[in-house]
Amino acid sequence: MGKVWSLLFLMVPVLGVGVFLVAPAYGHWLPKDVSAHGHMIDHLFNFILWLTGGVFVATEIALFWFMWKYDAKRNPQAAKFTHGSHNVEVAWTLLPAATLLFIAIYQMNAWAQVKIFKPDMPATVEVTARQFEWRIRYPGPDGKFDTRDDLFTVNDMHLPVGETVLIDLKSADVLHSFFLPHMRMKQDAVPGSKIPMWVKIKEEGMYDLVCAELCGWGHYKMKGRVTAQSREDFDQWLAQLQAEQERTQEPEKPEE
Amino acid sequence: MAAIPHAHDDAHAHAHEHGREMSLGKFLTTYVFSFDHKVIGLQFLFSTLIWFSVGGLLALGVRWQLAWPWTKMPIVGDLFFSSTGGQISPEFYTMLFTMHASIMIFFVIIPILAGAFGNFLIPLMIGAEDMAFPVLNMMSYWFMWPAFLCMIASFFVEGGASAAGWTGYPPLSSVHSAAPASHTGQTLWVMGLIFVGVSSMMGSVNYMTTIIQMRAPGMTMFRMPMTIWGMFITAILQAFALPVLTAALFMQLMDRTIGTSYFIPEGLIVNGAPAGSGGGQPLLWQHLFWFYSHPAVYIMILPAMGMVSDMISTFARKPLFGYKPMIYSIAGIAGLGFIVWGHHMFMSGMSPWLGTTFMVSTIMIALPSAIKVFNWLATIWAARIQYTTAMLFALSFVSLFIIGGLSGIFMAATPVDIFIHDTYFIVAHIHYVLFGGSAMGIFGGIYFWFPKMFGRMMNEFWGKVHFFLTFIFFNGTFYPMHILGAAGFPRRLADPYHYETFQHLLPMNQFITVCAIGMGASQIILAANMIYSLLKGPKCGRNPWHANSLEWTAPSPPGHGNFDFQPVVYRGPYEYASPLVDDDYFPQTRPPVEGEDKLAHH
Ligand SMILES: [Cu+2]
Ligand SMILES: [Cu+2]
Repeated sequence: MGKVWSLLFLMVPVLGVGVFLVAPAYGHWLPKDVSAHGHMIDHLFNFILWLTGGVFVATEIALFWFMWKYDAKRNPQAAKFTHGSHNVEVAWTLLPAATLLFIAIYQMNAWAQVKIFKPDMPATVEVTARQFEWRIRYPGPDGKFDTRDDLFTVNDMHLPVGETVLIDLKSADVLHSFFLPHMRMKQDAVPGSKIPMWVKIKEEGMYDLVCAELCGWGHYKMKGRVTAQSREDFDQWLAQLQAEQERTQEPEKPEE
Repeated sequence: MAAIPHAHDDAHAHAHEHGREMSLGKFLTTYVFSFDHKVIGLQFLFSTLIWFSVGGLLALGVRWQLAWPWTKMPIVGDLFFSSTGGQISPEFYTMLFTMHASIMIFFVIIPILAGAFGNFLIPLMIGAEDMAFPVLNMMSYWFMWPAFLCMIASFFVEGGASAAGWTGYPPLSSVHSAAPASHTGQTLWVMGLIFVGVSSMMGSVNYMTTIIQMRAPGMTMFRMPMTIWGMFITAILQAFALPVLTAALFMQLMDRTIGTSYFIPEGLIVNGAPAGSGGGQPLLWQHLFWFYSHPAVYIMILPAMGMVSDMISTFARKPLFGYKPMIYSIAGIAGLGFIVWGHHMFMSGMSPWLGTTFMVSTIMIALPSAIKVFNWLATIWAARIQYTTAMLFALSFVSLFIIGGLSGIFMAATPVDIFIHDTYFIVAHIHYVLFGGSAMGIFGGIYFWFPKMFGRMMNEFWGKVHFFLTFIFFNGTFYPMHILGAAGFPRRLADPYHYETFQHLLPMNQFITVCAIGMGASQIILAANMIYSLLKGPKCGRNPWHANSLEWTAPSPPGHGNFDFQPVVYRGPYEYASPLVDDDYFPQTRPPVEGEDKLAHH
């Protein structure tokens, strides 16, 4: 039976690698990346995948081979009486330690670019998450928030392509998470905090905005949409939004 | 001489001596409110296995919804959800995954490892009569009962059980209007976890004291089996981490009941209702919760690692490779485990600078795990492997833990975590560690120590069938989840398919659900095998596996006081294939043979 069990364990690396080869061919893989920074994340993902894949195959094959070869039923030799080896322990401590340290350092730049080095610019849009929708606010023609000409939409966010935009993320009630799979962006929205995010979108199109943090029974339906469009189209859409909003707004009262 | 349950001849003889009927008081102190560590261990074992099946069924509910969303559930649909025409409501779905995880973590894996195996094995493996504090030990089991009752009751109160995720993040968990679906349920959840914490704390104090104080003559710390090392370091982890969780739980309880605002910020309006008095910080909960719950991941794996090391060495008929490095790496995991909790919070709004430090510590914690894997592999190298069911489960632990360990590196890498955080990649990872790792180790432990627990062997053929099916279906269930995660498929969504991005993943989810049902069904074989073997299994001697450690020198099952002789220990527990003796094993209690001290320094 030792043979059967060894082969069963061999199926782990064989099918394990197989699945990762076949899945992308059938579109079961990272969604298309349309952000300027996304390639750094995808590169790290693939880099770690290759590295861990190598370790995975090597250790699983070793496991299979030892199971196959040292089956008591078929192996006439006595087990080797050894309690370990100092040199071997040192080797397989230092080698992975160096590799892991390298991985840790190698990714720091990508993290800093995406989350730490905030561009010095005013926010293009402010997103306030609440159960179970995304409230989107633009500063309007005066470029300032909290003024009368602020523009509002719900679940329908438009952004210009080809330029860096800054998004301020807030929450009105519980935790939510602003997840744009195609732009490799995710950030929890926390009540009481305003958290900045920035992105440069490369390609026009409509993309899903997903809530990725459990926010209650309606979490699954907290769906938004990002329309990435050229600067002209974006400005035009803003103007249209403003016109609509003015039509429905009450006549202007004297400001305090 | 008091008794131990089941098939213990002395106990039966004893009961007869004193007349036909055992007095009620005697029955209660022997089988129910027993001080005997073995009875308490078995109480934990059976309680947690029952919870295991409850938790598993809840998971199947989750799987049903993800494969065939909003369709009528077969068989149980009409029973439970007659109001919605037999389909799962989003409220109920949220409750399903919350309670699945809460039960599996706090009512199955933690108590089965520490409570069941820890209790049963610690005194036996170190050569003690019982635990240092038997009364405390009994209380640690009975404090689980208020927790059980809270959990059971929460399913029946208005609005149902907790639906705020097993992590119970505020404000969702602490503001009533945020989750009307789990009103009293969430309060009961908090109280249940507090009771589990009290129970664990009693256990861990007891285990530490017992292991330090009660070892048999000659049982030095570095002659203890890895199982004991795993339990010992786990107990230390519990003792340091648990108070933090308990404090956090009390804060949430107060936020929910008496209107404090530890976790609720200023001016929050949830569902139109003003919430709390303000001034709190939602992230504070996450820090406190993960300060416990990350170490808890190791509380859920280190004892299993110890048990697996013992099984592998026994059935490889070869000394454990690198005994001391194995201990140091457990200690390293435990130490580093206290400074990595922030990796659950990379996307939480915590400072990204802080994220960088947690990233480095988290990546480095992969190192001790890697060392353990290499040593297990080296143990079966040049061995003479006996393919028992226990060994197969132990080897599957190694195989699957490799996957769970490696996938952890993806989420430790902060930039990659941006994409895979809260996706099925995480779900795959945790199940490879906690099911592929811990639960497989637990299954192996059941097959391995069952003869000692009950004096009867389990059926090996059906054990192997159980292993084969569990192994196949486990991988079929959880391996594709890596792919789902790579596609960005988020967890905890009642209907992920109304996002266009994820619609093409439905067939894969259906495949997963079929495998999950198969995996659940395979566990019936284990239950049947246990029950049958308990009654009819062939009687075994003291040492059916020809193993070295002390528990195998006691009678099967051991009577009250465990040993019918004073065990004295002369060597470590892994002297298999020693050239000094003719047998391929060399029990810890066998008196020294000529030439042994020379070899010991080798
Ligand atoms: Cu949500
Ligand atoms: Cu963790």
